[in-house]
Amino acid sequence: MIQTSDRFRANAARALQDDNLKIALTRTTGLLQRRRAQVIDDYPQYADARARAKTIKDHTLRYLDHYLEMFERNAVANGAVVHWAQTPQEAREIITRLCREAGAQSATRVKSMLGEEIGIAEALEAAEVDRIETDLAEHIIQLATDPPSHVVMPAMHKTREQVADLFDARHDVRPASHDVADLVGSARRELREKFMTADIGISGANFLIAETGAVVTVTNEGNGELTTTPPNTHIVTVGIEKLVPGMDHCAVFLRLLSRAAIGAEITQYTSFYNGPRRDGDADGPETYHIVLVDNRRTEMLGGFLQPMLRCIRCGACMNHCPVYAAVGGHAYGAVYPGPMGSVLTPALSSLKEAKDLPHACTLNGRCKEVCPVDIPLPDMLRSLRARQYQGGLTPPVTAIALKGWAMLARRPQLYRMAAAAVVLAMRLWARGRGRIRWLPGAGGWTRHRDLPAPERGTFMQQYAARQRGRK
Amino acid sequence: MKTAKPPSSPRVGLFVTCLVDAMRPNVGFASLHLLEAAGCTVEVPRAQTCCGQPAYNSGDDATTAAIARGIIEAFEPYDYVVVPSGSCGAMIRSHFDGLFEDGSDMQARQRALSAKTWEILSFLTDVMGFVPEGVRYDGMATYHDSCSGLRDLGVHDQPRALLDQVEGLRLTPLVGHDVCCGFGGTFCVKYPDISNAIVSDKAEAIADTGADTLLAGDLGCLMNMAGKLRRNGETVKAFHTVEVLANMAQGPGLTGEEEA
Repeated sequence: MIQTSDRFRANAARALQDDNLKIALTRTTGLLQRRRAQVIDDYPQYADARARAKTIKDHTLRYLDHYLEMFERNAVANGAVVHWAQTPQEAREIITRLCREAGAQSATRVKSMLGEEIGIAEALEAAEVDRIETDLAEHIIQLATDPPSHVVMPAMHKTREQVADLFDARHDVRPASHDVADLVGSARRELREKFMTADIGISGANFLIAETGAVVTVTNEGNGELTTTPPNTHIVTVGIEKLVPGMDHCAVFLRLLSRAAIGAEITQYTSFYNGPRRDGDADGPETYHIVLVDNRRTEMLGGFLQPMLRCIRCGACMNHCPVYAAVGGHAYGAVYPGPMGSVLTPALSSLKEAKDLPHACTLNGRCKEVCPVDIPLPDMLRSLRARQYQGGLTPPVTAIALKGWAMLARRPQLYRMAAAAVVLAMRLWARGRGRIRWLPGAGGWTRHRDLPAPERGTFMQQYAARQRGRK
Repeated sequence: MKTAKPPSSPRVGLFVTCLVDAMRPNVGFASLHLLEAAGCTVEVPRAQTCCGQPAYNSGDDATTAAIARGIIEAFEPYDYVVVPSGSCGAMIRSHFDGLFEDGSDMQARQRALSAKTWEILSFLTDVMGFVPEGVRYDGMATYHDSCSGLRDLGVHDQPRALLDQVEGLRLTPLVGHDVCCGFGGTFCVKYPDISNAIVSDKAEAIADTGADTLLAGDLGCLMNMAGKLRRNGETVKAFHTVEVLANMAQGPGLTGEEEA
């Protein structure tokens, strides 16, 4: 997708005008918040699991080279072909080549954010391979030609009414009704044949287990196995930060991920891929490829952004973010939206290209609170702001206003005089009324809200007068 | 978060905050009143301006450190620094850390100051064991937990326990009491329309409670919510919690006087 993170303000303004978006976001984020709260309440070991998960990821990241090589060794021993891609372009070239080698006409795909990140759609286009998105939500946005707006629910921006209209217009056979069950049935009818005839299945991974070489996915719709089993070739594309040392460690994350993401104790399907079809297997691919993607993750190691590599893409941060709930995922203009995206996008592109994102946050801290691996997202966003300020990326008007304010804030006597003058001016402007409906220089505030008219004099003035009276 | 028993009459430096200074001095006087009622000797150092959040949250760490240095120098002599705001309190208590060089004398002074800085409601309960007496407020109020106080300082039960002692006051729960109101300091200046979308939902939730009064512990959030309620034509009154606890909650509070 084309990144438009430097136009967050305009994107957000457009989103705020979209009534359907507001309905879709309110319905879904509200439901996800309630479900998550319930299932965490019912999981007394949550705090321990969260601390353990953080420790496991930090350990794995510290010894990433060791565990990556262990994973590769074991995956190769299982019969996988392992590819290493440093950049999205390298990853696309590998996929395009594998498609050509397989003589593929069509590829089914299970949703993976890494796939979006590296641009799998472009790689398949280059190989002239028909791309079939098999997740219900990905199917929806493929029909609508939208980019994903959420890491777990890529079609979160659409209401079910909009989906019904879309299926009416685009499915070969119209849905029997606009009931959710009939809409799902219609998507199933549309996709079923394509599952069986695809030449390549492409999936992502939620975890890589170093000790066994297994690739782990958690899914809910059953499309995962239908994508990875029938075709002759199965390609996994995965970011190197998905690694965990062993099976026990993976189990800690399985408990956290589904709870944080969808408020469920477990997903419908948890699959462990351990290689291509073996002698005696009834089905499975003949060739099995794993493409390990760096895309600047190793640059984040050892720096202030390293905690971001703990992220398991559960989406809880965006589900609980008031800014995301107001503007939706597309406004962020990048593959990863919401709080985690606002940290990750500058790291994957540049602070300049993502300049608005670190500011698209009220620093309320709820994202950190609900994060299952305790990523200090607000602190990291603030650190990104500090880097912008040091790098001269702060808009000139803001920088000048800050400098003027800072000049006063460091000089208490001058500050007291300025505060008294501002209060007096506001009182005169209010002309005896208790509230101010419009104030020059505060138009952003008074466009939407009233301001109370200040009392007679600042606290410091009133306090000084009282102290004089006491003497 | 109980601490060791305080000196019988601790010397408290009141950090008024810039918003209280300019927009609602009554909150400052209510704070003075409560701290004195709790047995503190209170002073208001004149060498105070702002906690530095506008600079800190804009990424200007050098200015933040300069402001922090001024606060440290002005408030070092006191047993405690008390702030009628979770946001400014958390700034001094939690976010000053990291502004000064590791191992420096200034860092040691900063850490000492941060450790004795308290948000006022938690200070009254957790440090002073204060129980308000003879306080009356007739009405049904709903409570918004401001984010910094809640998440950085763990202020949640303290205001409720204090308000529980107020005669005539009933508290009704606010759906989304722990959800940001959209103020966010510089956020509402940078993104006024997004801030408005967030506070619109908040104002609706407040109106839905049927409460006649909105209470919170942070003036920024209160001005945001009260300003929206007023613009929407709601008659909900809005006060800082200390105003109610000090029997100083008269009139409509932050919603603004009725026009003549």
